[in-house]
Amino acid sequence: MQALTNRVQVVERKPLSFWEKLYIPAIAKGMFITFSHIFKNKPTINYPEKTRPFSPVFRGLHVLNRDEEGRERCTACGLCAVACPAEAITMEAAERLPGEEGLYREEKYAAKYEINMLRCIFCGLCEEACPKDAIYLSETFAPANYTRKGFIYGKEELLIPDPKTQPEEFAKAKGLTK
Amino acid sequence: MLGNLMAVDWGFVFEKLILIAVVVTVSLVVAMYETWAERKVAAVIQDRRGPNRAGPFGLFQPLADGLKLFMKEEIIPNSSNKLLFVMGPGLAMLTAMMTSAVIPWGSKIVLFGRTIPLQIADINIGILYIFGVVSMGVYGIMIGGWASNNKFSLLAAIRGASQIISYELAMGLSIIALLMLTGSLSLKTIIEQQQDHIYYVFFQPLGFLIFLICAFAECNRTPFDLSEAENELNFGYHQEYSSMKLGFYLFAEYINMFVSSAVMATLFFGGYDIPFVNDVSFGLHHGQNLLALLQTVSLLAKIACFVFFFMWVRWTIPRFRYDQLMDLGWKKLIPLSLVNMVVTGFLVLLRQNHWHF
Repeated sequence: MQALTNRVQVVERKPLSFWEKLYIPAIAKGMFITFSHIFKNKPTINYPEKTRPFSPVFRGLHVLNRDEEGRERCTACGLCAVACPAEAITMEAAERLPGEEGLYREEKYAAKYEINMLRCIFCGLCEEACPKDAIYLSETFAPANYTRKGFIYGKEELLIPDPKTQPEEFAKAKGLTK
Repeated sequence: MLGNLMAVDWGFVFEKLILIAVVVTVSLVVAMYETWAERKVAAVIQDRRGPNRAGPFGLFQPLADGLKLFMKEEIIPNSSNKLLFVMGPGLAMLTAMMTSAVIPWGSKIVLFGRTIPLQIADINIGILYIFGVVSMGVYGIMIGGWASNNKFSLLAAIRGASQIISYELAMGLSIIALLMLTGSLSLKTIIEQQQDHIYYVFFQPLGFLIFLICAFAECNRTPFDLSEAENELNFGYHQEYSSMKLGFYLFAEYINMFVSSAVMATLFFGGYDIPFVNDVSFGLHHGQNLLALLQTVSLLAKIACFVFFFMWVRWTIPRFRYDQLMDLGWKKLIPLSLVNMVVTGFLVLLRQNHWHF
């Protein structure tokens, strides 16, 4: 048959020579190769003890941010919910009452803020839409849960710890300390 | 009657019972850790880490595996022959354990004024006994495969039986050449002949190679694991087995590996002889008990090397096809061992004649 391209390699199918028929040299060669693998570096990373460093643009679970004085930044404008392509964010706004100035930065705040982590596609559009720098995507990812309800994160799960009352937890959440 | 009972040396019976218990326990523990070592060796050869979660270096892994096997549901298929189905794994385990009876684990120890040889039974036909028991091992496979009443199990069992029977021939013939040199069937005598002499592997390299290959076949280890070929016969003869009955079959394989390594070390590598050390003078200088301990350690080290070799081969060489297996056994190994036998016989005769024709 004529070759269609000039890249054809003709394979010779000779009968095995005596040396090859012995098999022992070939087996010894194979054994040597497997033995040499014992001393090779193992690419495995012992996961829970060691973690691979994330890329700086990694998009994990959301965090609701506070300002330097520990006040919630979110004003419940709803831009994140509008931007969300998966419609995972819902919120209810409330008006700040006198005396709550230390809790919320603006006059309006999110009384309820929920993200359904099963719907979320971690695209980061909410982060980009937010005019108040209130929502961020962190480097942790959603842990397993027994129920679907468990994946709907409320304010308790999302809010970053207060830098004034819980400075250690705050630093940990920010990734400043390990 | 009472006189007869009094005449029995109860100390002898007692020390033998303890020795049997120790040997059985050690073989079981070794088999347990062989499963761990198998996974570890497989892992390092394949650039993985292997079990490392349970305990330091994953050393408790066999315990976890054993617990898992015990917890599993014990299923006996409706269509199976129940008596044989239960008997199969028991027989496999029994024959695996029985072989260890004639292997000398050390010379002797002196305790409470008694001299105790570290061998359960020094019978003068030790090798024949081993061959006899090993041939019985085929019943474990055959009965297991038959009683399962499943065509895949039966096929695997028939494969295993024919494989073991055909490789036993070459094994026996390769041993005959060794026996011409030793002139004795007792394992103890064979070791004593090798002490402070050259090991028999240097006189019988071809015989050793044939014996090694046949030992792989007898243990149903890769490349001869046709009887439990996972991808063609669904796990072979232990397909229908579950829980500890399956565990017994798997365990028997590892005990077989341990014991056949011990036999190879004994026949060809001087058994409990400590290399490069004059054992007798060492015993006189440092005490008999220390010598016996070191000898046992030496034997176990030799066994460990062989066991590693078994595993190393398993993770290197793919399985034979059935016709290749039979081809190798009948057309290559048996003629080779016959040639080996004839050449050895010729040389032995020539030596007796002081190298004159």
